[in-house]
Amino acid sequence: MKKADKFVKNAAGRMVPTIVNGKQVVPFMGVNKYRPAHKGSAPRVPTCIDYPKDGNKIVESLKEALIKSGLKDGMTISTHHHYRNGDYVANMVFDIAAELGIKNLVWLPSAAFPCHAPIIEHLKSGVVHHIEGSLNGPLGDFCSHGNMGGLGYLRSHGGRYRAIDDGEIHINIAVLAASAADMMGNANGVLGKHPFGPVSFSKTDSKNADRTIIVTDSLIDFPCYPWEIMGNDVDFVVTIDEIGDPEKIVSGTTRITKSPDRLLIAEYCAKFVKAAGILKNGMNFQAGAGGTSLAFVHFIKEMMVEKGIKARSMIGGSTKFLVDMMEEGLTDYIFDGQTFGLEALSSLRDNPNHIPIDIFDIYDFHAKGNLAQMMDVIVLGSTEVDVNFNANCITHSDGRMLHGIGGFQNCMLAKCTILAVPSFRDRIPVIKDEVTTLVAPGELVDVIVTERGIAINPLRKDLIKATKNSGLPIRDINDLKKEIDKICGIPAKPKLSEEAVAVVEWIDGTILDTIRKVEK
Amino acid sequence: MAKISTAGNYGKTIRSDCKITIELTKSGGLKIDLISKVKEYFEDQIISLAKNELDFFEIKNAKILIEDRGALDYVIAARIEAAVKQLIETDKEYLLPIISENTTITKSDRYRRSRLYLPGNTPKLALNAGIHKPDGIILDLEDSVAPAKKAEALILVRNALRSVNFYGAERMVRINQLPEGLNDLEQIVPHNVNLILVPKCETAKQITDVNNTIARIKKEINLKFDIWLMPIIESAVGVINSYQIACSKNVVALAIGLEDYTADLGIQRTTEGYETFFARSQIVNSAHAAKIQPIDSVFSDVNNMEALKQNVLISKSLGFAGMGCIHPLQIPVVHKGYAPSEKEIEKAQKIVDAYKKAKKKGLGVVALGSKMIDAPVVKRAQKTLDMATIGGK
Repeated sequence: MKKADKFVKNAAGRMVPTIVNGKQVVPFMGVNKYRPAHKGSAPRVPTCIDYPKDGNKIVESLKEALIKSGLKDGMTISTHHHYRNGDYVANMVFDIAAELGIKNLVWLPSAAFPCHAPIIEHLKSGVVHHIEGSLNGPLGDFCSHGNMGGLGYLRSHGGRYRAIDDGEIHINIAVLAASAADMMGNANGVLGKHPFGPVSFSKTDSKNADRTIIVTDSLIDFPCYPWEIMGNDVDFVVTIDEIGDPEKIVSGTTRITKSPDRLLIAEYCAKFVKAAGILKNGMNFQAGAGGTSLAFVHFIKEMMVEKGIKARSMIGGSTKFLVDMMEEGLTDYIFDGQTFGLEALSSLRDNPNHIPIDIFDIYDFHAKGNLAQMMDVIVLGSTEVDVNFNANCITHSDGRMLHGIGGFQNCMLAKCTILAVPSFRDRIPVIKDEVTTLVAPGELVDVIVTERGIAINPLRKDLIKATKNSGLPIRDINDLKKEIDKICGIPAKPKLSEEAVAVVEWIDGTILDTIRKVEK
Repeated sequence: MAKISTAGNYGKTIRSDCKITIELTKSGGLKIDLISKVKEYFEDQIISLAKNELDFFEIKNAKILIEDRGALDYVIAARIEAAVKQLIETDKEYLLPIISENTTITKSDRYRRSRLYLPGNTPKLALNAGIHKPDGIILDLEDSVAPAKKAEALILVRNALRSVNFYGAERMVRINQLPEGLNDLEQIVPHNVNLILVPKCETAKQITDVNNTIARIKKEINLKFDIWLMPIIESAVGVINSYQIACSKNVVALAIGLEDYTADLGIQRTTEGYETFFARSQIVNSAHAAKIQPIDSVFSDVNNMEALKQNVLISKSLGFAGMGCIHPLQIPVVHKGYAPSEKEIEKAQKIVDAYKKAKKKGLGVVALGSKMIDAPVVKRAQKTLDMATIGGK
């Protein structure tokens, strides 16, 4: 089986395969030009008479649960990344599979992290055939060098949800970590020894997998409530010593940057939002947990206090910073898809206005209007942008996959999407003639903010007009690029092979771009 | 002379810099090895720069190791030159073209509210310094550079003056304490520096020496470029002689350095600053008497913006017109602090309006209410309004 075959040029001008890992796929047709349909593959149909009458689904070990779930060659196994870089469960699953001599599994994580580096050994030995999901760090690097058995398949958070719901991926076994669960499998992420926040990525896994295994280190008496995962969707419950390290959820992402240059970028973002008239009572915005995004919120907060403005909602990555804002009366609600830190966790548990949300509701293309679309502004980071406002958040300019795709594409639906980027990193300009990997089409990127100036997408005449006399350094993107190239010199284009190693899916399920093998 | 030399810095935490190791050999031509984070993008550019430069210095046979952390051309060139000059005797300078932005001349009375200190041998801080919009940027050759690194810092600073865009900030260099500082001038003066800071200045004679050296160099290369001086008073004797120093030719501002001043007096520097009140007032007075700008010492706690704010307010009330900054985040606080208050702006506006009205009517005498207004008052009012405008008020 060829990993990728029958390449065509898609509507974005990128050469993409129409066959990926043996399956037919649709090339990107343009923004809002394609409506994905349900393809029909449904989960195994269970009956209650096959399950214990007392509701007790506890088995001795994860190994036993996997065997009872019928683990065999070629299956697709899903996990979630709520512990981010502190997850223990995914590695255990594939260690067991290796021990049982299983081959050619497909791993469908909601995201992989550097802590999952041990899975490289399982990829080498053939236990895992390939990974479909956001890749970064060592696994991204491994895949970049063409070492994976199949093609990497990069879907946004919303895209993964959609693909599962549409039956484009069929999950054989979902292995879901839960910080608290009861014997029936009712489970959540907010109680227990090692809470991580809402189970926002995995409800669809539990609904659509043939078998769902809950792995917990805090078994509590029935009923475990809130039951974000319903026991009625669960086949087996396993108790182990530790499922993850919540300390590593934070891993440096939740502190405001100290870099004066990045602070300046964040300040420009906030000033732009104010000048554009977006900063007003009742606004809704996404506040990322990254250093620059958080600094943006810091500056927005100052402006809100000064002008007496209150937001209706903020979507997190919820942090102590956001919780403080809600407690200070600067927002009515926090919508929480990922919780960072203990303060945010207790707010989520205790404050009814701190609302856990499911990825479907924020990001899914099938949602009947989703929260991302309702956001007045979202500020994101990016590895590269180009003069046509196309954006890349996955590969570096040398083509290596080093960053997760996350919810980047889904956020493009917001009313104003701002990319906050330094104009160069280590002498490598961030504004290119053409992005190395296309992750977001330029027509959806509204503003690019660097420390050397702000470029507004010419399509957004309203934003250009609104900020005309703002005194902000608003520049033509080509001029900005010229200035940066003058400082750095014009970099040579890194050599990439023709061989495809992964594809990037757009939120509607079509193939937006191909990631090529790195030569060295 | 040595057969092997090194210059520059390399390591995990180093950015925008490189380390050059050169070993002269008897034969075999030039062998250049490059280790770089940006090798894939800039290998050809870096290698050809190195070859050109070694040709320029007539080095035919050598092994060169470039360990690079994303250094720009001007940095690589400076590091190579510094390594070469440890191996061979030469007066030649390998100069990259000067960028058009760095040909501007500054006025003697331009605003100098903030001047950002940059360690002269740390290139990563220089690249983005200008985007934070300080009134001046100081490339420092004195206290922030280790004695062993003085020679390579001088070459790097020279190159930075030609190649780094400081986005309109006045280009300043703090030379070493005299007499060493006079030697620094040889490499700095020809490269469009706007202002020289003379540290630990104690006598007007020292300023005369600096002026004479600058004049000689300018004459030798037929340079017509205004170069201003800002002596820094850092001792008891300097405070006593401050008026003569302030009156010296080309001196446009007089700064005070309180760390060294308090050390000279053998006392502790406190937050309240009673112990330096006399010195600060003396500097303000000398500067005003000489019609130049009095500039305050740096505030060294970069994490305490509230304390900085208070410090600036006191500084302004004492009569200072500006202050040194050691972190970009201090700049907006300093600018805001020295900006005129609403009350001052209102008063200045009234004076300027009355002056314009009187002028329109052809009146020789301007009056505001029952008070007569003379020309210097109008000028000062206009300056207040300008200051308010650039301060964003």
